[in-house]
Amino acid sequence: MFTKLGQIIAVALAINVGVQIPVAAQTPEPTNWPAVLDQARGQTVYWHAWGGDPRINDFIEWLGETAEARHGVRVQQVKLASTSDAVTRVLSERAAGQDSGGAVDLIWINGGNFAAMKSADLLFGPFAEALPNWRYVDVVGKPAVANDFTVPTDGLESPWAMAQLVFEHDSARLPNPPRSAAALLEWARANPGRFTFPQPPDYLGTTFLKQILIGVIGDARVLQAPVDPAQYTAQVAPLWRYLDDLTPHLWRSGRAFPANEPALAQLLADGEIALSFAFNPGRASAAIADGQLPDTVRSFVWQGGTIGNASFVAIPYNAAHQAGALVVANLLLDPEVQARAADPNVLGFQTVLNMDALDPVARARFDRLDLGIATLAPADLGPSLLEPHPSWMEQIAKDWSLRYGIAQ
Amino acid sequence: MVQGQQKTGLEICALKIWCGARRLVEMDHQISPGQITSVMGPSGAGKSTLLSALIGALAPEFRMQGRVILHGRDVTDAPIATRRIGILFQDDLLFPHLSVGGNLAFGLPACLRGRAVRQARVAQALEQAGLAGFEDRDPATLSGGQRARVALMRTLLAEPQALLLDEPFSRLDSDLRAQVRGFVFDQARALGLPVMLVTHDAGDATAAQGPVLQLTSDA
Amino acid sequence: MNHALGWPHAAAWAKTVRLFCVMVLVVPIALGLWGMILPAFGVVPGLRAAGGASVALTLAPWRAVWQWPGLWEALWLAFLSGVGSTLIAFALSQAIVAALQGGRVFGLVMRLLAPMLALPHAAAALGLAFLIAPSGFLARLLSPWATGWQDPPDLLVLQDPWGLALMAGLVAKELPFLLLVTLAALGQPALRGRVLLAQSLGYGRTVGWFKTVFPAIYPQIRLPIYAVLAYAMTSVEMAAILGPTRPAPLAVQVVIWMGQPDLALRMQGAAAALFLLGAVLGALILWHFGARMVAHWARAWNFSGVRGLWAEGWLRGGMLAVVALGVVGMVVGLLGLTIWSFAGIWRFPDALPQTWSLGVWRDVWRGGGGLLSALGTTILIALGATLVGAILALAWLGARPKVAGTSPVLWLIYLPLIMPQVVFVPGLQTAALALGMQGGVVLVMATHVIFVFPYVVLSLCGPWQSWDPRLALQAAALGAGRVRIFWSLRLPMLLAALLTAAAVGFAVSVGQYLPTLLMGAGRVETLTTEAVALAAGGNRRLIGAYALAQIIVPVIGFAAAVILPGVIFANRRGMSRVAIGG
Repeated sequence: MFTKLGQIIAVALAINVGVQIPVAAQTPEPTNWPAVLDQARGQTVYWHAWGGDPRINDFIEWLGETAEARHGVRVQQVKLASTSDAVTRVLSERAAGQDSGGAVDLIWINGGNFAAMKSADLLFGPFAEALPNWRYVDVVGKPAVANDFTVPTDGLESPWAMAQLVFEHDSARLPNPPRSAAALLEWARANPGRFTFPQPPDYLGTTFLKQILIGVIGDARVLQAPVDPAQYTAQVAPLWRYLDDLTPHLWRSGRAFPANEPALAQLLADGEIALSFAFNPGRASAAIADGQLPDTVRSFVWQGGTIGNASFVAIPYNAAHQAGALVVANLLLDPEVQARAADPNVLGFQTVLNMDALDPVARARFDRLDLGIATLAPADLGPSLLEPHPSWMEQIAKDWSLRYGIAQ
Repeated sequence: MVQGQQKTGLEICALKIWCGARRLVEMDHQISPGQITSVMGPSGAGKSTLLSALIGALAPEFRMQGRVILHGRDVTDAPIATRRIGILFQDDLLFPHLSVGGNLAFGLPACLRGRAVRQARVAQALEQAGLAGFEDRDPATLSGGQRARVALMRTLLAEPQALLLDEPFSRLDSDLRAQVRGFVFDQARALGLPVMLVTHDAGDATAAQGPVLQLTSDA
Repeated sequence: MNHALGWPHAAAWAKTVRLFCVMVLVVPIALGLWGMILPAFGVVPGLRAAGGASVALTLAPWRAVWQWPGLWEALWLAFLSGVGSTLIAFALSQAIVAALQGGRVFGLVMRLLAPMLALPHAAAALGLAFLIAPSGFLARLLSPWATGWQDPPDLLVLQDPWGLALMAGLVAKELPFLLLVTLAALGQPALRGRVLLAQSLGYGRTVGWFKTVFPAIYPQIRLPIYAVLAYAMTSVEMAAILGPTRPAPLAVQVVIWMGQPDLALRMQGAAAALFLLGAVLGALILWHFGARMVAHWARAWNFSGVRGLWAEGWLRGGMLAVVALGVVGMVVGLLGLTIWSFAGIWRFPDALPQTWSLGVWRDVWRGGGGLLSALGTTILIALGATLVGAILALAWLGARPKVAGTSPVLWLIYLPLIMPQVVFVPGLQTAALALGMQGGVVLVMATHVIFVFPYVVLSLCGPWQSWDPRLALQAAALGAGRVRIFWSLRLPMLLAALLTAAAVGFAVSVGQYLPTLLMGAGRVETLTTEAVALAAGGNRRLIGAYALAQIIVPVIGFAAAVILPGVIFANRRGMSRVAIGG
């Protein structure tokens, strides 16, 4: 009896070990869209996307239902704690010689992770400009859709949302928030323990550092080129001077930091901090609608503008379901999907589309949106500052960790 | 040995023990110093329960009435540790992690201070038991009779004012039994301890030369 | 007579089973270690280096770890929180048993053991975090009337640089486990009467217990203590939720590095993991010699005859307070999680939410938020791993006459519990990839077996060995074959114990984080991986719901283990004893 069971187990294990369902390794041709649709039908696309925000997870689930209804493509979100997990996965697969049938079909990506994958030749494409819905994308008005942190996308990733750094405050507790780096420092001195940022190398935390850097560096244009090691120390010295002044007045005196954007948001919701920020101008309104933030919270931007960028999706070179992934990338640019993402009750993301390229019906969807009580009108968002080259982000995150990330 | 001023012995006054509605034990008896009272009865008659009651370890499912007076001191509600009633079990319960000397020192009161003093007292007790020089022996290497004697000395070193014997000889074969029994009785009598012996064996009761109480299963 | 399981070629069969079980334990760990040692020296298995550069053995990853300024701090944190929490949990477990055993409170403790054991580490950490944060449930209950706080105080309670919150969480989680193994060790008949004897010699109950019973217990619980120590030094999910971040304890840092796309950082992570393994071994050796020193000192303490009667009241009172704190903490913590899952707007310092919302649970019910599917996956994996683990455990116990006190065999069983997961699971993932295995539910299940199997064996071996072999003899004399003896005698009589052991295994599987995350290629979502991912996100409503689900699932397992035998043997009084700690 037991020996038999043992054999069965052994066989079951062996099946798992040895046998892989062979994946059709036929590479789809994005320019032949009907063929892509044919090939995609019945596929399940594993979309590796940061999973820390349930509203985004719900949106992806809705997207999956839409994809299945329209194209017979299922979407399965693989919720990541960090996008680099997916990059690591692809890298591990290549290291193991798995050049097809990979586990990652689609990645929500931008910045350093994209630069890393692009330079390591880990991406499928170019495909973005061949997508049928590319014609709606606002390439002229939103140059960030083709330049990801100064790195040309070369069609290896397709945009699906615009983001801009906005600050949030509870108007009931803090009616007049500081609107510049200098004002923030002044305010923090007077109100110690009421401001913090996610611990770099967290994405949002490092973005805050870049925002400060743009403000305090003499000539912000140098940020558009890769870090020059010879000049770097002198160039970033004002940033460290600023942070040396600010850190003792942070939440917990700078001895602990929240992990990421939602953790920062929770601190604002709990009243532990009076001032917060997010990489999504519609976030505050959505959180108010959700009952997570009091309806007295408002958003604002700094004088001189805040950093903005685009979110993309990319397809690994060895993805098992590339055709399905293409269909999903195209669906993300669909005006109806974009309008839903822009709805503050859903995500409140800014669209990547050009309103003038849309037909009246599609456009009306956007016009109907009530942006919400805490969301700034596009005109009030101020200038969207260009992202520095990814090497800056990497370098200052690393240096921050050495300077402030280890208790002295 | 330290003794109470009034050596009136161990008085068991109108002791009654119930388990639920069933009365297990009913006893009214005085044991004078140096006297050995034997308690006999079939299994389940409540012999062990009686001893538990006397040392103060009665399980919560039992109910008890009456008093236990030791040399004029009412110990009925005293914790086990302060009653000063020694007990020897069927098993010698020597601690395997301690040497023979360590087992004896375990019984010795803490007020006897200083390593040398304590060691001397342990050596003296071993000599008394005919085991001189056994201090560093592992208890596991002792014979049954030797173990029984060590267990008794350990109990006596704690300077009890009364001694309870819970069939301590039942595990010994008949030759050894008489020998160990004689040793235990002699020591107890020499110290003037009131002793209660619980036994199955009529030979034990005869050797005790004291009163014999019978517990019946429906006392 | 322990060979009651009979087969035509019993000896050969037993040998095969033993070998197979040993392989289940050893092969994955060896593979995983190999998968970490190679990258630590600059070799990534199967790597085709970009640009054709050849890969050579190098010490660079070690140098990088050595030069990382946070190394000593991170290592010290791991050591401090690991050894500190183990020491505290160990001392408390022994003192609770010594001071309270036999009393009414102790009965309560025994009954609470199962649910507390079932509590996954992540859920316990989250419950504690909700409770003690400056804006947490406690502060809300006490503010502003007692504290005067209108805003949450700027206090470094969680993630404190000394790792106190982390230690508190580890103690809360390890104490029940150590209590359980202590109770199991107390089952030895030789220990009966020792405390009573010590008391009749004038000792207090607690001191008497420590002098007479503890020396016999310690060798029995030494390996579980080692497992606790190794876990506490290398825990990832608890440290990530409660531990400091500047820097994080080394285990968390290892996971961070191993997750970087930069190959050099991953090699550095592998080297750091081996560094951590060295630290764990060092701590184990230190503990070993510390125990010997204590034993040496205890001999003098024993010889002195100190009765410790004065301490009795204090110890009893103190341990009652510890138990009360534990029980109240657990209840209030669970309450906090529950309330959050139903909360709408809940501003500080309100003790209760301003508005209530069924939103999270409604989403769950509708199948959104992924909770239901995570629940299904969790149960599927746990059932599978437990089934395989239990079958292996029965086969192992049947094939092995005796598991002696601290034999090499026992070390083998404890290997997966002592070997830190963070040291070999990432390597196992690499190895699996190199062998062409797809990450998925089955691979996760198979990996869980490595951890479930030892726990099932350990829970079962006490009752298994105390089964009276004369019953088998009697049955054989009546003409029953060995197979029949197993199926119709031993198994039914051990059913309660087997179910309890299965419930333990089930709970172990439910609580696995790192193996699920890594071996599942991120595609396998269980309640635990979701809860830890959400914990980083900070949505308390959803975290509350997930943590609750994470708690309820294993508790149902334990409840089933307690109730089922009672139902099956409803009219057999001799079979009604609950088997925990047997």
